[in-house]
Formats: sequence, C-alpha cells, structure tokens
Amino acid sequence: MHIPDGFLDAKTALATGALSAAGLGYALREVRRELPPRRVPLLGLAAAFLFAAQMVNFPVMGGTSGHLVGGALVAVLLGPAAAVVVVATVLIVQCFLFADGGVMALGANLFNMGLTATVGGYAVYRGVARLLPGLRGRVAALAFAGWCSTIIAAAACAGQLAWSGTVAWRVGFPAMVGVHALIGLGEGAVSALVLLAIARTRPDLLPDQPGAAAAPGRVGPFVVFGLLVTLGIALFVAPFACPWPDGLESVAARLGFNHPASSPLLPALIPDYQLPGITSPGLATALAGAAGALVVFLLAIGFSRLVVPREGPALKTEI
Amino acid sequence: MTVLAPPSFASGDPRANRAVLCWPAAAKMAGALVLITGTAVVPAGWKLWFAGVALLLGVVWALGRLPPGPVLRRLLALSPFVAGVALAAAWSPGGVLDWKITALRSGLCLATVILLAQATPFAEMLAVMRRVHVPALLVTTIALMHRYLFVLADEAERMRRARASRTFTTGRRFAWWAAATVVGQLFVRATERAERVYDAMGARGWR
Repeated sequence: MHIPDGFLDAKTALATGALSAAGLGYALREVRRELPPRRVPLLGLAAAFLFAAQMVNFPVMGGTSGHLVGGALVAVLLGPAAAVVVVATVLIVQCFLFADGGVMALGANLFNMGLTATVGGYAVYRGVARLLPGLRGRVAALAFAGWCSTIIAAAACAGQLAWSGTVAWRVGFPAMVGVHALIGLGEGAVSALVLLAIARTRPDLLPDQPGAAAAPGRVGPFVVFGLLVTLGIALFVAPFACPWPDGLESVAARLGFNHPASSPLLPALIPDYQLPGITSPGLATALAGAAGALVVFLLAIGFSRLVVPREGPALKTEI
Repeated sequence: MTVLAPPSFASGDPRANRAVLCWPAAAKMAGALVLITGTAVVPAGWKLWFAGVALLLGVVWALGRLPPGPVLRRLLALSPFVAGVALAAAWSPGGVLDWKITALRSGLCLATVILLAQATPFAEMLAVMRRVHVPALLVTTIALMHRYLFVLADEAERMRRARASRTFTTGRRFAWWAAATVVGQLFVRATERAERVYDAMGARGWR
C-alpha cells in the first residue's frame, strides 16, 4: 500500500503531510511523557523488529505468499502513541533507504499506515477486548482489529488517489477495498497468531487486559488521534462516500428549487454494492460494509476458539 | 525470505568516485528534495523539466560511477503499482489522467531517491536531520532502527532456518503457526536486546 511519488497532487500531499506531522508530533510528545527512559531503545528495536517481521513470508494459495504489515499488532504490544512513532520510523527508513514509497507521498503513507491503521486498529482492539474476556477475547479482538486497520487504510488510500485525480473513486475504492478485504483476513489471523505466540512464551511482555481495573486509561491520546484520523477521513473519503448530497437534493426538491445541477457532483457508487430493496446507494454501501464487518467479526471469534484452548495458554502443543 | 542488500552500495565499491560521496550531505538532500518536489508537481506539459531531471541524474550517476543494477531492479519492482493504476485509469471513463506521465514522474523520483541513498552515508543523513531540528527522539529511533535492522533480519532468517531444519511438514496451517512463532519470538528477542542496549547506552553516559 506504499504510494509512490507522482501519484498524488500538491494539495493532497500538503494536506496529508500536515495531518501526519501533527499526528507524529503529538505521538512523540506523548511517548516522551509516558515512556520511561529505559524503554526508549525499545522504539528503535521495535521498528527494526517490524521491518524484519515484514520479511517473514506466510504461504498463501498457489505458491504465492504474503507478509505481516503489523500496524495493529505493534499498537497492541506497545500502545498507540509508541506504535505511531515505530511505524512512522519504519516508513521513513523504507522511503529514504529502500526507496519504498515516495518522498512526496510520505505524508499520505504515514497517514494511512502510520496513523489510521495503528490508531484505528488499536481503538477496535480496545473496544472488542473489553467485550470478550480472557486471552481468547484478545486474540479475537486483534484478529478483527487487524482486518479493520487494513480496510480503513485502504479506503483512505483510495480516497487520496481519487482526491488527486489519479484513480476515479468508483474504480479505485472497490478495487482497493475488495483486495484488502482479503489481505486483511490474513493480516488479522497472522497478528493474532503472533500475539498468541508471545502470550505462550513471555506473557509478561503483553500489556494488561483492557477491561482490567488498572488498565492505563488516559483519554487525551484517543481524542487527539481520533480527531486527526476523523479529519483525514472526512477530507479524503467522505466527499465520495457519504450519502448527504442525496439528502441535500431531496431537500432542494421539496423546497422547490430543483433546477438541474449543471454537472454531476459525485460519481455514482458501484451498483454491485446495492442490496435489494434499498434505494439510497450510500445506505446500501454502508449496510453491505456493516454486514461484511459482522461476518469478519464472527470469523475472528471462531478463529480465536480454534486456536486458543479452553483453559487459556496451556502448554499443550498444537498439531 | 530475501537476503537484504546493503543499503549503501557506493560506500563499499572501490570503483566508486569518492567525489560524489564527499559532497555535503545537506546539499545532496536539498537537491534531491527540489528534484522530487518539482517532478511530482510540474504540469504534464513541461517535457523539458523531465528531460532535464533525467539528464542531471544520469550525469551524477556517471560521475559517481555507481552500479546501475540496483536502480533497474527497483524500477522493475515499482511496475506492479504503475500497472495497477494504468489498468484502473483505463477503466475510468474519459481517462482520468495520462498514466504514462505518472509512470515517468514516479520513475524519476524513485531514481532520485535511490541515487541519494547510494551516494550518501546514512549517518550523514541523520546528522542533517538533527541539524534541521527533527525531534531528537525520532532521530534516535531511526538511528537505532538502522543499526539493528540487519541484525534482526539475520536473526529472523536464522530462526526460520532452524525451524525448517527441525520440522518437516508441508501443511499450510502449520506453516502459518511456525512463521507466527518466529515473529513472536523475534519480538521477545528484540525486547530483551533493547534492555541490553539501554544498559550499554547508560554505561556510556547516555542522558
């Protein structure tokens, strides 16, 4: 999902750069305040770990293989602020040392993978892990969070490409989100398996259960990161995806000034996403997305039941 | 799993011209930034700009006597993204943009970054970042990542090989388990190494 140079125009590069700089600056401030000095080298080592982990291949169908992306995993292991710094470091080094992802597109890549995927994934993880108890719940939560983080980053990427006029939204969005809905399944499963492997060998390295009483519960990071991500999504995705213009048009018709618009304001959403019986395409897309998310959520719970034995992390070996 | 190529090819190449390597890093980084920004935003009609950038890159390349292999390999690796966008653009009614220009832009920018990475030692880039007041914590993290990147990549490769030599199976489910265990163990080892690194840094008077 690394966007190369030349695919984004100046306004998108500037907007994403400003959002990412604000997010990274806040994350650095947060880390400096929260992290004990003893853990500072861990940021660099975790970035190196993430880079090395991305090179471990997982076999997929037909001889192809995939690899971990790891935004949600690192966010769960280290917390959201540290994860933003770690993933941003990986992206910066990949950009300048390995020419992976463009320099002008660095802001967009930081926003998609460094900010949206990590913070979004972490928020989903917290929410789900609070509902489901035990290690099984955390595995299911991370599996679902990995999928969500992949999807949301892909949607933001499609929105940026559409905003730059590189790929039309109604082509780019189904393609990006469709492909990443599959990739995200692997990402979620692998992240959950890694969490399980760490829980088996060094459970003390994992953070506390989110529902626990002593869980660190500062609200500030959530508000600031949430605001930045929401702002970005509103900027890149909402102009194309939200159903408001339909409502606006109906209001205009009711009030009587329904003279035809000079040009189509928005590209039509892909008809395949429409569910039968629902007329508003925006609502249909939202419902289809919700149904897909629900299916993946149930899959994640089933997956966690499959891989985690009943009595927590027993010493029984798999296979 | 692929074995990493060393990041700076030129510094270890005896045939490389030291002149390009010895140019001030700040100037090289600023120049690269100007080239990349310009190439990414100039209108598609400015053929002269693209030709000029290509010529300039070629001249620096020749001056530095840098090996052409890595840049060609990376340009090939870029092509899936360009091909995907070209396909998407072909599907778009009315052709949203000329994908050839986009490919040209990203190719030139990519060549600039690769040239910069090869002609500039990473430590000098870090020093420039420090001088332009990039937050110290970020620079430290980048420096540590660069230091341990290859160490941990080698460690992952060793663990993968050890696992492969111990277990003999073709099941896909087990392969996922094994790879996830390697990644999990890698995190555990990275954490332990971070503690040792902190002790060593403290012993040398860090902070």
